[in-house]
Amino acid sequence: MSDAFQWLYSPIVKEHFTNPKNVYDPDEKFDHDAEGVVGNIKCGDQMMFMLKIDDDKIKDVRWKTYGCASAIASTSMLSEVIKGMSIKDAYTIKPSDIANRLGGLPENKIHCSVLGDKALRAAIDGYLEKTGRPGAFKGEDAVVICNCLNITDKDIEQAVKDGARNWEQLQEATKIGTVCGGCKPRAEELLHEFVHIYGG
Amino acid sequence: MDKRIVYMDYNATTPLRDEVKAAMVEDLEVYANASSMHEAGRRARDRVEKARAKVAALVGAKDPASIIFTSGGSESNNTVFNTMYDLGRDGEGKASARRKIITTAIEHPCVMNSARRLADEGFPVVFLGVDGQGRIDMAELERELDPNSSAGGATLLVSVMAANNEIGTIQDIAAISKMAKAAGALVHSDAVQAAGKIAIDVEAWGVDYLTLSCHKIYGPKGIGALYMRKGVRTEPLIRGGHQELGIRAGTYNNQGILGFGLAAELALRDLKDFADRMRRLRERLRDGIAATVPDIRVNGHPTEVLPNTLNVSFPGAEGEAILLSLDLEGIEVSTGSACASGSLEPSHVLMATGVGPGLAHGSIRFSMGRGTSEEDVDYVIGKLTPIIRRLRRMSTVPSSEAARA
Repeated sequence: MSDAFQWLYSPIVKEHFTNPKNVYDPDEKFDHDAEGVVGNIKCGDQMMFMLKIDDDKIKDVRWKTYGCASAIASTSMLSEVIKGMSIKDAYTIKPSDIANRLGGLPENKIHCSVLGDKALRAAIDGYLEKTGRPGAFKGEDAVVICNCLNITDKDIEQAVKDGARNWEQLQEATKIGTVCGGCKPRAEELLHEFVHIYGG
Repeated sequence: MDKRIVYMDYNATTPLRDEVKAAMVEDLEVYANASSMHEAGRRARDRVEKARAKVAALVGAKDPASIIFTSGGSESNNTVFNTMYDLGRDGEGKASARRKIITTAIEHPCVMNSARRLADEGFPVVFLGVDGQGRIDMAELERELDPNSSAGGATLLVSVMAANNEIGTIQDIAAISKMAKAAGALVHSDAVQAAGKIAIDVEAWGVDYLTLSCHKIYGPKGIGALYMRKGVRTEPLIRGGHQELGIRAGTYNNQGILGFGLAAELALRDLKDFADRMRRLRERLRDGIAATVPDIRVNGHPTEVLPNTLNVSFPGAEGEAILLSLDLEGIEVSTGSACASGSLEPSHVLMATGVGPGLAHGSIRFSMGRGTSEEDVDYVIGKLTPIIRRLRRMSTVPSSEAARA
C-alpha cells in the first residue's frame, strides 16, 4: 500500500482530483429526484449527492463537496460507478469497493471515501422515503446509531470485524460521532460488545 | 504562465546555503573525535568551539560556554522539560513546593507533549490561551504566576515560544520574562522559528533557556542548540561521556556543528537585509491575494509577525485540496487542515486563536525565504485565484458560511 502522497499521484487518482466527474455546476439546471447531505464543515468535510432516478435506476448524478483531495477523488470515482446502477446495488456499494478501484487508499484516508458512500445512501434513503418505502434497504434488523451520518449497528460490527478496536479507530473507519457526537455513549457500548465478540 | 517550482515552506525547513554546503564538504576530512587528546582531535575540537562562539553571537550570549549542541530543537526542548521533572521533585522524589508549569496553547508539539508528560506526572500545568492574533494575555499570565489568585502554587517554569511556526506571531519575551522572574520562575523560550528572522538577545530578554534549530537557518538537519543562563541547572537527557559540560553526551557531530556555526554567522550578518526583503515579499503576497481572492482571512498578528510568514484562511475551500492543487503547479506550502496532518484535528494553533474549524481547515501557510523572488510571489498569486475558485464552486458550503463555522 503506497503512502498518502504517492497514492495521490497515481494516474487514476490524479485524474479524478484534477478533473472530477459529475461535479454539480451551479450554472447548470439539474432536476433531481433525490438528495443527501452528510458531514459537517466543523469536521473538515461535507458531501452532497443529487440523483436522477428512473424506474429505480440511477440515470444521472451530481455531487458537491467541501473536502480534501482524497474525498474529491473517491467521490468522483463513486459517481461514475453508480451511473446506470439500480438504487439497491448502489446502496450496497462499500467504501472499500471504491478504494480498490482507485488502487488502494492509505490508512488515514479511508474515512474520506466513507463520506461519499454515506451521502449516497442518505440520498437513496430519502428517495425511498419519498416513494413510500422508508428504510427498505437497511437490513431488517439494522438499527441506526448515528443519525447525523446514517451509521447502523451493522456498520459498527463490520468495522470491528475489519479491525477497529477503540473509539478512534471506529471513527477513522466510519466517521461515527463526528458531527453532533450524541451517539457516542451507545456507539461505544456496541463497540465494546463487538470487540468482545470479534477482538482477538 | 509556465510552471515553475516555488518553494514556500521555509518554516518547515531550509536548503543549505552554498557557503555552508561547501564548508561542510571540505570539513568531512576532519574526521577525528573532537574529544580526543591528540592533535587531530584538538583540531576538530577547535572547530567545534569556534562554531559554538558563532551560535552564541546569534543570540547575544556573551559566553560561548552557555551554548550546548544537541540533535535539534526537539531535543533542546525536551532537555528543558526533563530538567523540570527533576526540579519539581526533591531528593526523595516527593513533589517540590514550586512545580507549576505555565506554557501556551500554541507551542510546537515537542513543547506541548513535554508539558503534557509533566501534567501526567502530577505537575500543575497551564496552557495560556491566545487572542485572535495569537498573542498571549499578559494579565492572564500575571494571574497564573500569582499563587494567591490561581491554582498550582508557585511557578517553576514559564515557557513561551518567541515566534510561532504556523501563523508567525511574535511574543514579547522580554516582558514575559520580567514578569516570570519577578514571581521567581525560570523562563524558557523556543526560538527555533525566530532565529535568523528577528533579532534575539538573551540578555535583553532575560531568559534562562533558549532553543535553537540549525535546519531553519539554511544549515544542516540533525543539529540544534540550547542556551542556558549561567547558574541554572540543566539535567542531561543523554547521559554518557563528558561532552558539553556533562549535560549532553555523544561524540561531536563535526560537520553538523561547523555548518551550524557558519549558518548562524551568516544569519546574523544578513538579518536586517533579509528581514526587510521578506517583509516586502510578504506584503506583496498578502496584498496580491487580498486583491484577487474574495473572502479571505489573514491569520496571526498584523505587525508582531515573522517577516517571512503569511497564513491565510480560504473559507469554503479545504486545505489539503488547496495544498495539492498548488503542488500540481509546483508551489510547495503547508496547511492547517486536519486531512493533511494525519489526525482528525485541524491546526491546534489556529483553533487556539479562536478562528473555528471552518477557517482552520481552509488555511494555508506561505513561509518564504532566501530563494524567494518577486516573480515567485506573483506566480503564486496568479495560480491561487483559479484554484480557490474551482474548489469553492465544488463546495457544499459557501465561503461566507464557512467563515462562521
